[in-house]
Amino acid sequence: MAGKLDGKVAFITGAARGQGRSHAVRLAEEGADIIAVDICRQIDSVPYPLATPADLDQTVKEVAALGRRIVARQADVRDEAGLKAAFDAGVAELGPADIVVANAGIATMSLHETHEAWQVVIDVNLTGVFNTVEVALPSMIEHGQGGAIVLISSSAGLAGIGGPSRGGLAYTASKHGLVGLMRSYANNLARHRIRVNSVHPTGVRTPMVENDALREFLTARPEAGNAIANALPVDMVESADIASAVAWLVCDDARYVTGITLAVDAGFTNKR
Amino acid sequence: MAGRVAGKVALITGAARGQGRSHAVRLAQEGADIIALDLCDQVASVGYPLATPADLAETVGLVEALDRRAVAVQADVRDHAGLVKALDDAVAQLGQLDIVSANAGILSFGTAAGLDEASWQDMIDVNLTGVWHTARAVIPHLIASGRGGSIVLTSSGVVLRGTPNCAHYVSAKHGLVGLMRTLALELAPHWIRVNSLHPTSVDTAMIRNPQTLGLFRPDLENPGVDDVVATFQAKNALPIPWVEAVDVSNALLFLVSDEARYITGVPLPVDAGYSII
Repeated sequence: MAGKLDGKVAFITGAARGQGRSHAVRLAEEGADIIAVDICRQIDSVPYPLATPADLDQTVKEVAALGRRIVARQADVRDEAGLKAAFDAGVAELGPADIVVANAGIATMSLHETHEAWQVVIDVNLTGVFNTVEVALPSMIEHGQGGAIVLISSSAGLAGIGGPSRGGLAYTASKHGLVGLMRSYANNLARHRIRVNSVHPTGVRTPMVENDALREFLTARPEAGNAIANALPVDMVESADIASAVAWLVCDDARYVTGITLAVDAGFTNKR
Repeated sequence: MAGRVAGKVALITGAARGQGRSHAVRLAQEGADIIALDLCDQVASVGYPLATPADLAETVGLVEALDRRAVAVQADVRDHAGLVKALDDAVAQLGQLDIVSANAGILSFGTAAGLDEASWQDMIDVNLTGVWHTARAVIPHLIASGRGGSIVLTSSGVVLRGTPNCAHYVSAKHGLVGLMRTLALELAPHWIRVNSLHPTSVDTAMIRNPQTLGLFRPDLENPGVDDVVATFQAKNALPIPWVEAVDVSNALLFLVSDEARYITGVPLPVDAGYSII
């Protein structure tokens, strides 16, 4: 059966596990080849284990098992040159990118946060997304076939949640910042028929949310947990649900959808 | 291959033509049976011809050609009692109800200061109260099923901006967002999701008529569609004057399918960037 993304190439950051792996697998199911990037090492100030090279290998296996090609590289979205080298390697093997999913992100909410938490979160979640789009844009524009970019924001990109910690404030600020970035890119790139949208998940069942540091934090600050309750009777959503929204936004079914903030949040935003 | 809404029954109001017909066909292509509801009559303050019984019959034929069942209902969303009776009958015929597209709507023109009472009232009655009536009529069926469901209100891109010459339309379409948000909260415990669609201009009879074309090109005696392309295109970020009905249908299909099982309370623009420029 023909997939909705046959012949397309998708550049995905944070692709080693969690949402990023789901995006890679879901877009590959629809026929896309994948350029997968992940830092695959720890960042100081992040209170849970980040992905490993073995995680990235697993994403490669799952995409390859679908009969799609994948180029995977370890790169840090904060390092523009390194990220560009990874992207270029993918394009050299797979051809120009049509799709960008800027997914890499961290959350540092914890009872033992570092002073650096603010800057690290801004660097990864906001500047890292900017770097991701900037690295991919010249090739997309030169290719002249339009394209679709999705920035993975958060419910915290639409509401002032996340609490008073340095990391929580940075998370909320960075995810709000993505909305401004998305809207400006959408306007700037419309003439190239490149669409740009953002996705705003509620809590997703991934290692960024399900870890000891966040559990400890939410136990000590129950009000923070109550503040993130959904309208639909479900505690979290799954990576596959975010991937479904991404797959819809980047395919031709959404050919005239640009500049939108799409909440996949079990009614969270509306309930506030 | 199983369709994305296989085994579901969908009610679509305003189904005789335009976006409503496109929704009926698109959902039927993905496996849904259809209750196709339309007024099939004129509303006095509307300056272009509304759909006819023949239009509704054509929608039914298109659904049946896809080997899906279709029940045609001629009913007025302004008449709650009549709507309830007609829908109860239709749901009984098809055995269930899972999906609701509250799509019926009209358009007329006039400045806020110059609108007459009838134009204002017809607009609010059809485009706002009619949607509430639709929701009120279907909610008991959706709750009783115990399987949850999905309701989509067709609003408009204009809810994110004002627009001159149709304050009544803009007001009604804004009202739908409030209705959607409240329904989403009230129905979440029943796993009934409620969202709204916000198209930019859609290439349907609501645009392709002398009255609308004339409003956009008052300088021309008998403007054609080609004469308004530039004016319409200037409203969108993407370089297109309008979207096709199927683009709205594809968004509807996504929202009502299990791909969006955790999306509720969301206003979804299909607006070519109309709201951001």
